[in-house]
Amino acid sequence: MESRPPIVVGAGPAGVRAAATLAAAGLAPIVVDEAPASGGQIYRRAPTGFTRPYGALYGFDAAKARRLHEAFDGIKGSIDYRPDTLVWDLKHGALHCLSGGRSREVPYRDVILAPGARDRIIPFPGWTLPGIYTLGGAQIALKYQGCAIGRRIVFMGTGPLLYLVAYQYAKAGGGIAAVLDTTPFAAKRRAVPGLLRGGSTFAKGLWYVAALHARGITMASGIRPVAAEGKDAAVSALLYRNAAGSERRLACDAIAFGFGLSSETQLADLAEIPFAFDPVQQQFLPERDLAGRTPVRGVYLAGDGGGIAGADAAEIGGERAALALLEDRGHAVNGPRVAALEQALRQIAGFRAALEAAFPFPADIAAGMPDETILCRCEGVTAGEFRRAALALDADEINRAKAFSRCGMGRCQGRVCGPAAAVVLAAALDMRPEQIGRLRGQPPVKPIPMGVGS
Amino acid sequence: MESTQFQRVAERDRPRIRLVIDGRSCEALAGDTLLTALLTNGRRVRASEFGDGPRAGFCLMGACQDCWVALEDGTRLRACTSFVADGMRIVTRNDVDDGI
Repeated sequence: MESRPPIVVGAGPAGVRAAATLAAAGLAPIVVDEAPASGGQIYRRAPTGFTRPYGALYGFDAAKARRLHEAFDGIKGSIDYRPDTLVWDLKHGALHCLSGGRSREVPYRDVILAPGARDRIIPFPGWTLPGIYTLGGAQIALKYQGCAIGRRIVFMGTGPLLYLVAYQYAKAGGGIAAVLDTTPFAAKRRAVPGLLRGGSTFAKGLWYVAALHARGITMASGIRPVAAEGKDAAVSALLYRNAAGSERRLACDAIAFGFGLSSETQLADLAEIPFAFDPVQQQFLPERDLAGRTPVRGVYLAGDGGGIAGADAAEIGGERAALALLEDRGHAVNGPRVAALEQALRQIAGFRAALEAAFPFPADIAAGMPDETILCRCEGVTAGEFRRAALALDADEINRAKAFSRCGMGRCQGRVCGPAAAVVLAAALDMRPEQIGRLRGQPPVKPIPMGVGS
Repeated sequence: MESTQFQRVAERDRPRIRLVIDGRSCEALAGDTLLTALLTNGRRVRASEFGDGPRAGFCLMGACQDCWVALEDGTRLRACTSFVADGMRIVTRNDVDDGI
């Protein structure tokens, strides 16, 4: 039997459950995580010296957060845990891990990738002004640092995070100017039958909306952002069109926005897993089966990094992927448990489709992005420059358009602009996003100090 | 007094530490990220390389890479994932950065 320890990349809900499952089978996995503590983004732990209890930090999900943290703390001593460590490359059967300014090559035979997700963004004029953050970022400021991102905040966009973060701010006493949803009310109503399958997830969403209403917070549906305006080099207002098409100006000193989540796929790409376009998520995703196996032998995917399905699915998927790894190593695994995990994953997938219908990605905002909008904030490339470069040089593939325009070539590797850039390019060429391809992951997947990678 | 971007609403009872931002002596709390320390003392983190004004971070989770700052000794740190330490000297302006 293989003696080299399996590796888990990421210590969020998927990575923790994967590691715990491997540990329970008597293996001592290496767990590599970029963060200083386990929990991932959703169950991110407060830094040392912070005192708010679980209920204040995680609300309805306090029990889940505590269970996940305790599960990891329980195995920490029997695994090889490497926090504060960035996997910046993956090739020839080895991970390249950066920690404390030094890179080490860690060979693997089997690896579970659980890199998670980030906010999905559509740029709009003025979005790079100080005071404008992602919804996830606004949540991190509050939960991880005890800070509100401003005194008078506009929450804008779509997806479950919109109402959750606004609610958390309202509860913490943060000043809210308005909650502006890009989804028309009718679309959400149509999605209700499917959402009901989500059980408590749906109920929580309704609760947040009701709680915001009860506090008298201004809410609107079916809006479109027009521009963020600045004064003294920071945001001072959001200009938007309401559902009736009238322009409105809302004074604010901060904006939190986002349009659902986007999977972190760079490492899967470097592992040479084939990708396919996912019509529900509107993103190219690495291929994996329900068990988390990929077409590349020894590489497994778990959690939102393989497609957005949320924290509960990540925990289940993490356990399932670890069981797949164990099966492939010749361990006997509990068949009924495997069947139950897969059934749960199927159920959640059905609910996610309804959720995407309730909070559809407003691709029209990206397609109609004004030319002067900064599309790529790393390289300062406007939507107009991107369109002109693509059209003039006949770049009908996104990596060519990137090479000609520098859009997506900066430090973030298109994590921020990529989803919108694909829509901008497809619309400019009168093609569909799945026809123009996807930005390829490149090592280092995140910036590393000069000299480390040579 | 310059306005600040971030407003502390909880966890205010932590040890105070001193740091220097663009030559100005400032206060932060132990457990603050550099980003929090900068934005509870002002509204900027760095200058855009493209002349479109200051930036003040974006994703706060180490994905967007738009909050890299320099210490006076040249060390570069991602502000949202680095903790502040007593006596740190941070520069957020290119003119300081270039030594002009």
